[in-house]
Amino acid sequence: MLYGLIVFLPLIGAILAGLFGRWLGDRGSHIVTCGLVTASALLSVPAFWFVAIQGNTQIVELFPWIISGELEASWALRVDQLTAVMLVVVTSVSAVVHWYSIGYMHDDPHQPRFFAYLSLFTFAMLALVTADNFIQMFFGWEGVGLCSYLLIGFWYHKPSANAAAIKAFIVNRVGDFGFALGICAVFFVFQSVEFDAVFEAVPRFVDTEIEFLGTHLDTLTVITILLFIGAMGKSAQIGLHTWLPDAMEGPTPVSALIHAATMVTAGVFMVARLSPMFEYAEFTLMLVTIVGALTAIMAATIGLVQNDIKRVIAYSTCSQLGYMFFACGVSAYQAGVFHLFTHAFFKALLFLGAGSVIHAFSGEQDMRRMGGVWRMIPMTYALMWIGSLALGGIPLFAGFYSKDIVLEAAWGAHSGVGQLAFVLGIMAAGLTAFYSWRLLFMTFHGHSRASHEVLHHVHESPPVMIVPLLFLAAGAVFAGMLFAPLFVGDNHGFWGDSIFVLASHTALEEAHHAPLWVKLLPLVVAVTGIGTAYWMYIARPELPARLAEQHRELYRFFLNKWYWDELYDILFVRSARAIGTFFWKKGDEATIDGYGPNGVASRVLDIARRAARLQTGYVYHYAFVMLIGVVAFVTWYLFIVGM
Amino acid sequence: MAPLTIPLGHFLSVAAILFTLGVLGIFLNRKNVIVILMSVELMLLAVNLNLVAFSAHLGDMVGQVFAMFVLTVAAAEAAIGLAILVVYFRNRGTVAVEDISLMKG
Repeated sequence: MLYGLIVFLPLIGAILAGLFGRWLGDRGSHIVTCGLVTASALLSVPAFWFVAIQGNTQIVELFPWIISGELEASWALRVDQLTAVMLVVVTSVSAVVHWYSIGYMHDDPHQPRFFAYLSLFTFAMLALVTADNFIQMFFGWEGVGLCSYLLIGFWYHKPSANAAAIKAFIVNRVGDFGFALGICAVFFVFQSVEFDAVFEAVPRFVDTEIEFLGTHLDTLTVITILLFIGAMGKSAQIGLHTWLPDAMEGPTPVSALIHAATMVTAGVFMVARLSPMFEYAEFTLMLVTIVGALTAIMAATIGLVQNDIKRVIAYSTCSQLGYMFFACGVSAYQAGVFHLFTHAFFKALLFLGAGSVIHAFSGEQDMRRMGGVWRMIPMTYALMWIGSLALGGIPLFAGFYSKDIVLEAAWGAHSGVGQLAFVLGIMAAGLTAFYSWRLLFMTFHGHSRASHEVLHHVHESPPVMIVPLLFLAAGAVFAGMLFAPLFVGDNHGFWGDSIFVLASHTALEEAHHAPLWVKLLPLVVAVTGIGTAYWMYIARPELPARLAEQHRELYRFFLNKWYWDELYDILFVRSARAIGTFFWKKGDEATIDGYGPNGVASRVLDIARRAARLQTGYVYHYAFVMLIGVVAFVTWYLFIVGM
Repeated sequence: MAPLTIPLGHFLSVAAILFTLGVLGIFLNRKNVIVILMSVELMLLAVNLNLVAFSAHLGDMVGQVFAMFVLTVAAAEAAIGLAILVVYFRNRGTVAVEDISLMKG
């Protein structure tokens, strides 16, 4: 009952605001959606207590959903420790974002629609994290994808927003295709889509092979790679990450909720949830580690040179998701989920803080036209500092605990890919600190580069936007400190059976016994990064431009986001367009239309034109025809009579 | 004294010549609609001549009665035709055959 309420209250809010928003009005929609989501958030606290602290995991069967031959999927809420953690993250961040949106969207004409989408998203995300089988998970997976699409394209009158929405949807389609194939493969191999049944059967399928197109492939490796492709799409990992920065076209609260705190972490959640499968697929784990590490460093390098405040944070999100994945890849799922947990708070804080900054600068997002306003918006400034400190991994702040345990776990894996992840992760940590403080310095310090008019309007955001930020700030400060012993502490009792790690995978164990230099290194590089940012943007502001001039190629490479978009444009967009044009022009217009409707029509027209030419309009022609007719009839008559 | 009789063949020949003249008048005429009307009259008269000739030849009066009817109809037709022509001229300012082609497709 409790769990049912948590999941379905936001759906009720979405339905009310979505269908009856016209009658409820803006204020009514605010009350309904914010109230129900907040109720859901409050209820998830006792749920966390019962499940995670007291260990009462359970599966609540709601109703049978799909029964078709062997395929049976019922709608059930699987509430275990992993779910409980996600419930807290999703509902609390969602509630905060709902409240914040009241202030941020206050002059938007379509508020009921916006809040309905937000609540619908919350429901879909909760359906995802409480899923008890692959089909239900896929339902939530697609639901959040849909809401993401709707919210990115919320300002549908902006062509760039529509393009970004479509891009997010299509890139996610690639990942979801992998996920769907993975589910089909799971059903094909295990004859079930229920998590319990599948997880129980997994050990029996180790080292078995399935035949596909004449090649023999390791069963579990194939399945997990397919599922991981789904996770890569949703969590914006290298190769399928291109949609995430563009998704910043949506309203800022959406970026905070969907593209920082919750939806993009669905991939990490999925890998952690399916740990009983991934654990037996060594090759996939290696792949996960490599993909995560590459994403972490790639996104960090791009974040260094971006000028749009939201894009910097977006690439930072991408990079942090890489951390979560390589934590999972070295079998430290607990560390990955812990980082997910803390990241949700401080990244949502950063995004909403950035929203507050944008709000203060009258919609300006380019950091080159900001600066020098920290005295005018002190609350936002302080909150951005807290977020950045947490993201940078400064001790006592949340990110310090989670990022360190992730990096230590990568070191503790003692494997080649683990070392790669550790080295790249350390580098990315330094870059993270650098671009975070670059953002702070460019936004708040130095000489203001904004126009007088904009500068005149700079104002602190209303309380309805600041208070939610305070809550997130509390999370960004305390979430790591409080929950680190619980989530990734020495006793592994907390997670129960929700996360499965083979006894031979000891990365997390080793992480606790990492030497001092491993523990200190992330902090050292972070401080170095901050120092460098200070030196380059406060002490010697002319330096960045000179550096960019000296390393022109590298700078352009990073600025153009490693040319991923250009590469995809050549590889997929243009070729797809060429194929489309071919079928359009040659196939449809020339062949089908040419010989079909248009062909028949033009033949009829030709014949009709020829027939029309008989009608000259001259009297003597008609007379002639009449005469010829008479002659013909007479001849025929005589001929018949003559016979 | 036996009356000097003209053989039937002559009548028919004259009638055929007149009819052909009428037909040709219709086809070859490019000038004037009145000429067409006249040609139609000519053809009707040729047919009348045939009727009368056969009537005399066969000694049956029906042919000559029929000729009278044809003359009456021809007179009415000529009246209507000319009336149409006058109206047409008033409307279009011309009765040249070349210009009367409203039904051209």
